[in-house]
Order: sequence, then C-alpha cells, then structure tokens
Amino acid sequence: MNAPATDAKPKKANILQAVNQALADAMEADESVLVLGEDVADPEEGGVCGVTKGLSSRFGEKRVRSTPISEQAIIGAAIGASLVGFKPVAEIMLMNFTTVAMDMIVNHAAKLRFMSGGQTHVPIVIRTMTGTGFASGGQHCDYLEAWFAHTAGIKVVAPSSPMDAYGLMRSAIDDPDPVLFIENLPTYWTPAQAPESGHRVPIGKANVLSEGSDITIIAYARMIQEALPAVAKLAEAGISAELIDLRTIAPWDRETVLASVGKTGRAMIVHEAVTPFGAGAEISSVINEEMFGRLKAPVKRLGGAFCPVPFSKPLETAFAPQSADIEAAARALVAH
Amino acid sequence: MTNRARPDTAQQIEIYRRMALIKANDERSRKVIMTGKLVMPYYSPRGQEVIPSALSVNLTDEDYICTIYRGSHDQLAKGLPLKDLWAEVAGRTTGTCKGKGGPMHVTYPEKGIMVTTGIVGSSMPIANGLAWGSQLKEDGRVTVAYFGDAASNIGAFHESLNLAAVWKLPIIFVCQNNEWGEHTAYSKTSNVQVAERGAAYGMPGVRVDGNDPLEMFAVANEAIDRARAGEGPTLIEAMTYRFFGHVFGDADAYMDKERKAAAMAADPVPRFRAHLIAEGIASEDQLAAMEARIEADIDEAVEYALASPFPEVEELSRDVFAQETH
Repeated sequence: MNAPATDAKPKKANILQAVNQALADAMEADESVLVLGEDVADPEEGGVCGVTKGLSSRFGEKRVRSTPISEQAIIGAAIGASLVGFKPVAEIMLMNFTTVAMDMIVNHAAKLRFMSGGQTHVPIVIRTMTGTGFASGGQHCDYLEAWFAHTAGIKVVAPSSPMDAYGLMRSAIDDPDPVLFIENLPTYWTPAQAPESGHRVPIGKANVLSEGSDITIIAYARMIQEALPAVAKLAEAGISAELIDLRTIAPWDRETVLASVGKTGRAMIVHEAVTPFGAGAEISSVINEEMFGRLKAPVKRLGGAFCPVPFSKPLETAFAPQSADIEAAARALVAH
Repeated sequence: MTNRARPDTAQQIEIYRRMALIKANDERSRKVIMTGKLVMPYYSPRGQEVIPSALSVNLTDEDYICTIYRGSHDQLAKGLPLKDLWAEVAGRTTGTCKGKGGPMHVTYPEKGIMVTTGIVGSSMPIANGLAWGSQLKEDGRVTVAYFGDAASNIGAFHESLNLAAVWKLPIIFVCQNNEWGEHTAYSKTSNVQVAERGAAYGMPGVRVDGNDPLEMFAVANEAIDRARAGEGPTLIEAMTYRFFGHVFGDADAYMDKERKAAAMAADPVPRFRAHLIAEGIASEDQLAAMEARIEADIDEAVEYALASPFPEVEELSRDVFAQETH
C-alpha cells in the first residue's frame, strides 16, 4: 500500500485498505486515537476481515486492544475513555450486534453532551460492517441506520468508495461527537481510486456522482454500485439522471438534495434498509415539505423488502433493490 | 485483611460531616418537593449515607465516580456543591448541567463526577473507560462505579466486571445493597450474594457492613490502594437498607414494616454521631455547630436555586452536538 508510485496510473485501493490506512494515519497523527473491539489486534488477525491488521504491531496493544465479546463493555470503555481525552474507535463487528450495545450508544454516547449541559462530550467512532450478499441470513447483514439517525446526538455515515471511506473516517475521528461509521461488507474488496493520505470528506456533505436533469437518485453505501449502471442504462434511453451519493445519513445534506430536485423535479431514494420508516421516508418527507407544487412526480422510495433478511440466494437477491429495479422505478417516475 | 486502615479523628469527623450533609439534604429535598416548588423524580438515599462518605474521604478530586439515579449521596460525598445540585434539580440554568440533565444526570467533572445514569447497570461499562484512560495515562487516578444490588443481575454488570478484571483496570465496583431493586427484594432475584460474584471474574469480592463507617472505610481504603497500585479491580458489596420506597411518592407497602422499622432504629447517622462523642473525637457543641452550618448552606442553596432563571428555549438546540443544531 505504501509502495512509491512509479508510473502515472492512479493508485488503486479497496475500502478495507482505505479504512485501515485512515486508522493508521489517524493513530500516527494523534496519540489519543485508540482502537478497541473483538479481534482487532494482530494476535487475533486484526479482525475477522482484517480491517485493523497491522495496527497493533505498529502502535502497540495498549492502543489497539482486542476485547471480550462484550458489546456493552466495548462501547462503555470507548465512552469512558473519550470523557477523559481519548479518541477511541470502537469496532462492533456487525451492525446487528449494535443491538446488544444500544443502551450505551443511544442513552449514553449520544446524550451525555446534552445531559451534562455541554460539560462532557463523547468523541468516539463506532465502526461496524453489514450488508446483504453473503448469504448470512437474518441477523448478520441488516442496515439499521434509521434507528441511529432517529437519535439526537449521534452522526451516521456510510461511504461507498475507498476515497470516501478514508476521508469520512478521518473526519469522524476528528469530530467532537459520536459517529457511527457503516462499512459495507460485500464491497470491502472492490478496487477503486486510492485515497491521498490526509484526505478529508466533510461529514454532512453529499457527493453528486453524475449530473442530470430529469430525475434525482439519492443513494448511499452499496446502492451506489447498483445505481451507477442504472444511470448509464437510463442515459442510453435518453433519461438524464442525477446520482447523489449521500455519504452522511445524519445529518444529511439537504442543500445538495433540494437543489438537485429543484432542477429535476423528480426524486427517488434508494437504500438497502427496509422501506417503512427508513431514511428514505425522512428524505421524502422533507422534499415534499420544501418542494410541494414544484414536483413533477411523487417522491419514490426504493428499499429492502419488509421482512428479515432471508438466507436462500434467490430470496436474498430479491430482498435488496437491484440495478434493474432502480432503472424501472426511474422510468416510471419520468413517465408519471 | 491485615493492617486494616482506620480513619484518624479528622477523617472520622469528615465522614460524619458528609453523612450529616446527605441526611439533611435528603430531608430538605422531600420537604421542598411537598411544597410543590420543586418538581422532580426523587430517589431518596436515606439510610445509605455511610457508603460514599466513608469511601470518598479516601479519594481526591481527581478520582472519578460514575453513579446512578439514586446518587445524590454519592455526588455530595464526592464534593458536589449544594448550590449547583439544587439549581440542577430545580431545572435552572445555574445548575451543574444548565438544568438539562436533572437529578438523574448530575455531572460535575471538577470533582470527578463524570456520569450519572438513569439506566440500571450502566454506570459500570463507562466507569471502565475512565479507568482505562487512567491506566493508559498512568495518572494514578482511580474510578468508582456505584450501583445497586439489582444491577448485579443485568448484563452490563457481568461484561464490565469481566473486562475490568482481564484488563486489570484501576476501578472499584461498589454495590450498595439496600435489599431492594425497585419494589422487589434482592433475595427474590438472586441466589448468591453480590460479593460472591467477584470470584466468577477472578476479582476479590468483599462483603462489608455498609452502615459501619469504620468497616466501610477500611474496605474502601484497601480496594483503592489496590487499584492505585495497578493490582486491578475490587468488587465491594456494601450492605445497607433503603429507608423509603423506590421513588418519592411510592408508599412502600411491599417493604416489611418490622424490617424497615429496625433499619430506621439503627439509623447510621445518629449512631456514628454518638460514637464520635462517646469516643471523645468530637463534642456535642462541635457537631451541633456543624449541623447548623449544613442547614444554613442548604437554606442558601434552595433559595439560590429557586431564584435562578430557567434555561432559554434555545437550549433545545445547544449541546446536542458541538455545533448548534437548527
């Protein structure tokens, strides 16, 4: 990863490497940055996917500490250390396991600044991975971002590329408040442009991936990989779609989204999480509140089926929105 | 235990001062709530004065505590100023947390009061993090996690004691066993004493009469020394009794009348007062003057709190994040 570039070809990296590099760079830059979680140190192979590999060898097991399988204890330790000047990055291996630590995250990490009248604050990052595609069934791959976005006091980010993963991780560690950092597991190993060391992506700022005039597609995480080919297909059919990678779910970038929908008059939100009460409902609601009368079609939500994530491959594939679904929904909106 | 520490005369007087302060503050709180001038959920610590008083005289302002909704005794024993406490529970902008936390979330880092939680068991996971911070910085501070007997049945207790033991954290887990978890007796919810559970994590578990200041002092002193020396955590089960119902207004019909009457007859506050006089450690006049000063301080704190302004509505968007929300 650190080999000097000898040719003009842009360096490639994947999200896993980008997160690893961001953590290493942050730990190098600031001694108060700590990493804790199940298997995170090198004797335990730097996590089940190896995201934190190499960190404990480089920075020591005092700063990169493997923990018991005790999610409440992990988040509690991160909160406590953050109250006394540290910047812990706690890993909750899978997003479904955040349920075990909900009290620590929602009642404590998110609320201590407010409840203490600003005397204390909780600058922690909670890293977690999730996502359908690996046949892991009902308890290992849910997208639960709406639960956290519904809680005042915690920020939620979900990068879709190595550049954003690096830049958002550095910003999350810099942030004085708790940030939930969602990593999509099935796309960990997809190579793309490598991030520059020190790169920052501001929290709360979306990224317009393709400009268009007929419809705005708002997505994040793996849904970007599904939306990109849909946008290309739509272009072939003469439909100009603007694709926005939200990157931050809470607080989401209203300005960019509303400006885009102001231009296109049509909006669709795509996420892997189940549709009812999801992030799409909130975004749709704000678009309706702000732009009623200027919309050319009702705002569309495209999300996961309202059921637990199924195991059987055809069911799992059908559960989350696919490129063809996005394309079809966009065509229907434009034809409305 | 060998060479048990014994508080010197000055420490004994100081332990009593804190106990008397907690008792007087509790009595005043209940009185002021009855006038209708103070609206808050109130969890009386009456009967449990000794535990934090005898423990905290072994601590410095730099040491940390995490406590729970029934925590005003722990906070006062750790040095929380009365005015800040009263203004907070009255919801005023001059309170510790600008009135935004209330009695269940009193926070005062200046005296090491880092977290007060309204969730049973949740003082412990965060206390571990404070202790981990001290371990990393090698700053010699210790952390005390206070909790009740009922919290020993919640998952956070087990996760926290286990982590503290394997990481050898400088922390003391202080269970104030007042025999009641809300309305249910401890004997009905657990087959073992809380202290016995220390063995499950390879941690010393000590059961002590939490209403005996000298015993409590000795046990706390040893646990604190152990933590400061880097020898790891201790679980203390301090036996006490809750004089009143779970929350103010609870008629406590579920509490055995005779047991309660016996506990109140053995009130640790007048008992320790009598000890100080009988042993010639303090005179009646000295203690009476101390108590009068406490009452005057409480008068002043109540007056200050009730005359303080309520927070502006704009506070709703402040302290949610570092940056004001809209």
